[in-house]
Amino acid sequence: MKSAVLVFPGINRERDMARALKLASGNETAMVWHAETALPKGTDLVVVPGGFSYGDYLRCGAIAARAPVMDAVRDFAAKGGLVLGVCNGFQILCESGLLPGVLMRNAGLKFVCRDVHMKVERSDTPFTRGYNAGQVIRVPVAHGEGNYEADEETLKRLEGDGRVLYRYCSADGVVDEASNFNGAAHSIAGIVNERGNVLGMMPHPENHVEEIMGCTDGRGLFAGLVQQFEKAA
Amino acid sequence: MKARVTVTLKSGILDPQGKAIEGALKSLGVDGIASVRQGKVFDIELAATDKAKAEAALKAAADKLLANTVIENYRVEVLS
Repeated sequence: MKSAVLVFPGINRERDMARALKLASGNETAMVWHAETALPKGTDLVVVPGGFSYGDYLRCGAIAARAPVMDAVRDFAAKGGLVLGVCNGFQILCESGLLPGVLMRNAGLKFVCRDVHMKVERSDTPFTRGYNAGQVIRVPVAHGEGNYEADEETLKRLEGDGRVLYRYCSADGVVDEASNFNGAAHSIAGIVNERGNVLGMMPHPENHVEEIMGCTDGRGLFAGLVQQFEKAA
Repeated sequence: MKARVTVTLKSGILDPQGKAIEGALKSLGVDGIASVRQGKVFDIELAATDKAKAEAALKAAADKLLANTVIENYRVEVLS
C-alpha cells in the first residue's frame, strides 16, 4: 500500500500518521506539501492528518480545504481512491465538500484530550475490515471542535446507508449520552461518503498502534487498509 | 471601496459559544439579555469601483470561503 500524507502549515500529526502507515504496510509514506497540484504516481491511500492547519483561523479546516493539493485529492476520490481524514483532517474533508456536515465546537466548550471508546459499526468496508462488527476499541481524542452536526435529512441518509462506521460508546459498548463527550449527533465519531471511499473520523487511531503507546487498538484500521490492497493485488 | 460581510449561524444551529457569552452577560448582571448568538464580521477593501461588481466579488468570497453555508448565513454590504 502506497500512502501519501498531506502536510499543511500547522498540521502536527503527520509524522505519527506516517509512522503508523509504515508499521502496517512496510512502505515509506510520501509527505505531500499543500501547494502541490498532483499526488505521487501510484498512490493508493491519501491521508489528511490531524493538527491545527492555519491555526484553525476562520473555521477549523476551512483554509486547508481550499489548498491547491485538495483539487488533486478531489480527483483522486472521484476516481474511487481511498481517502482517510483524522481529526483536523475530518474537518478539512467536511470543509472541502468531500464529506457532508460540519464539526462544531464541543458541546461542553472544552478541548478534550483523553482516551475514549468507539464501536465499529460494520466490518465490510476498507476502513473497518481489520475489526469485527460491534467491536469496541479504545482510541485517543484531542480536539475542541469534534461535535459532528448535519441536517436531519443528511443524518437520516448516513444512518440509512450504513455510513456511520465509528460511534462513541462506553467501555462495554453502550452508545449513550454519557459516552458522547463532544455532543456529536448520533454519537458519530466517523463517517464515509456516499461511495464509501472517503472516511473522516475525530479520534486518532495512529496513536494507538505500538505497545509503548499503551494500547494497540488503532492497528486494525491500518491493517485492514493494507489487506484491502493485498486483496486487490 | 469599503465593504462588510457579516456571517451568522443559521437559526436552529446550536451555538455553544453564544450560549457561554449569554451566561457571562447574565452573571455580570447586564439587564434584559434574552439570548446571544455570535458571528463574524469581515471588513474588506476592494479595488473595484463598480458596486455591482464589488457585490458579486463579495458574494463569491462568502460562498467560497468566508461562510460555511451548511451552517451559516451571510450578508454583504458595500459601505462606500
